[in-house]
Amino acid sequence: MAINTEKNSYTVIFATLMVIVVGTVLAFLASSLSDKIKENERLEKQQNILYAMGINQNKGEGSVKFIPTDQVAGEFSKYIKEQLIIEGDKITKDDQAYLIDLKKQATAAKNGETRKLPLFIGDKEGSEFYIIPMRGKGLWDAIWGFVALDDKMVVQGVYFDHAAETPGLGANIKQRYFMDDFSGESILAGTEYAGIAVAKGNNDPLNKIKDDNEVDALAGATITGNGVSAMISESVKLYKDYLETIRVK
Amino acid sequence: MALLTKKDASLILDPLADNNPITIQVLGICSALAITAELKASVVMAISVLFVLGVGNVVISLMRNIIPSKIRIIVQLIVVATLVIIVDQVLKAFAYELSKTLSVFVGLIITNCIIMGRFEAFALGNGPWKSFLDGIGNALGYGVILIIVGFFRELLGSGTLFGFPVLGNPIAKTGLYATGYENNGFMIIPPAALIVVGIIIWIQRSRNVALIEDN
Repeated sequence: MAINTEKNSYTVIFATLMVIVVGTVLAFLASSLSDKIKENERLEKQQNILYAMGINQNKGEGSVKFIPTDQVAGEFSKYIKEQLIIEGDKITKDDQAYLIDLKKQATAAKNGETRKLPLFIGDKEGSEFYIIPMRGKGLWDAIWGFVALDDKMVVQGVYFDHAAETPGLGANIKQRYFMDDFSGESILAGTEYAGIAVAKGNNDPLNKIKDDNEVDALAGATITGNGVSAMISESVKLYKDYLETIRVK
Repeated sequence: MALLTKKDASLILDPLADNNPITIQVLGICSALAITAELKASVVMAISVLFVLGVGNVVISLMRNIIPSKIRIIVQLIVVATLVIIVDQVLKAFAYELSKTLSVFVGLIITNCIIMGRFEAFALGNGPWKSFLDGIGNALGYGVILIIVGFFRELLGSGTLFGFPVLGNPIAKTGLYATGYENNGFMIIPPAALIVVGIIIWIQRSRNVALIEDN
């Protein structure tokens, strides 16, 4: 079989065919799997929200253990008692609020529209949790997460995740030893919604000081850590007006 | 060995030592720097590259007579990117937890120069079986170095292995830390990987003088 692979016409035909074949395969795959992937992402969101308010299967000091996917839908409707959408002064209830795409809402806000802010109210053994979704920038790509607050604005739990932070460094924001430090910290400094900073020099590696608005940073992940700080402070500022109405002073 | 001829076996064994892709050819350094702060990430990357390079080498080898030489690099890139994206999408649909762990590696695998290097240097000129062995061999050689570097960086930088504390607790000052030992924060940052790789190269060349190039 002698094909002259050096000819220009052959090169063009080969390139065209390759693009068509690869494009078709990937498009077919993406569209046939997209329902399943979307469903996985939906369940993951429920797991993340429940994780932030302490509904998880963590044991001791081990790794992050979510509620299993086959139970998460039931647990979600059991513990999340209200889902709100805050649009300026208007607050509406919506059972699908957790599906709101924060990225799209941020773009909408940039274009001068009112952004829809989802907020989840959880109830665990009589105590209420106000869970705020967050989104920010890490070193390479987006980071996001959820923070659960009580009515005194003290963090009860957080969950962080990322698209592409460096494994072993920035990617460790989703490790328990980092996330657990946030519990007990207040997002208030005085009466100001300051958030919580990921600080290198806070001189408190065991995180015993809970009123400094700081947690200990990750070595080698400065930019991701700064991204987490910025994400928390920007997100709580968005919800400031609502949080003021529920805060116990 | 009945299954492998002597020549075939050398395709697998050579890259493990005297023709190692990282220490001799100095390929794949970017990922060796980026993800070896922890042993677990090193192992995951090694296994991912083993899979992609084994399969990718076979695919390129099968296509070797029809790929136009003028656009061969682009074709290789498309093949590896397609393979990786297919695996990523399938995992996202059927093994979501696993895909969360692996998705950060996707970009690192596609741009890994060992993969492109073996496509270009071996798979384009050899049959599928030989190419498969060459891919496995080089991925193992790459993985061995990654795991050695990951082992030392995690042990000396964080005092843990696979996340488990092996030297005691650095904050409560137990175990080795009670004697005044401290973790070396420098080992966590990427330049430390260069130094560890450099030491491996030094040891390797002092044991096998034939590897040292004449000037």
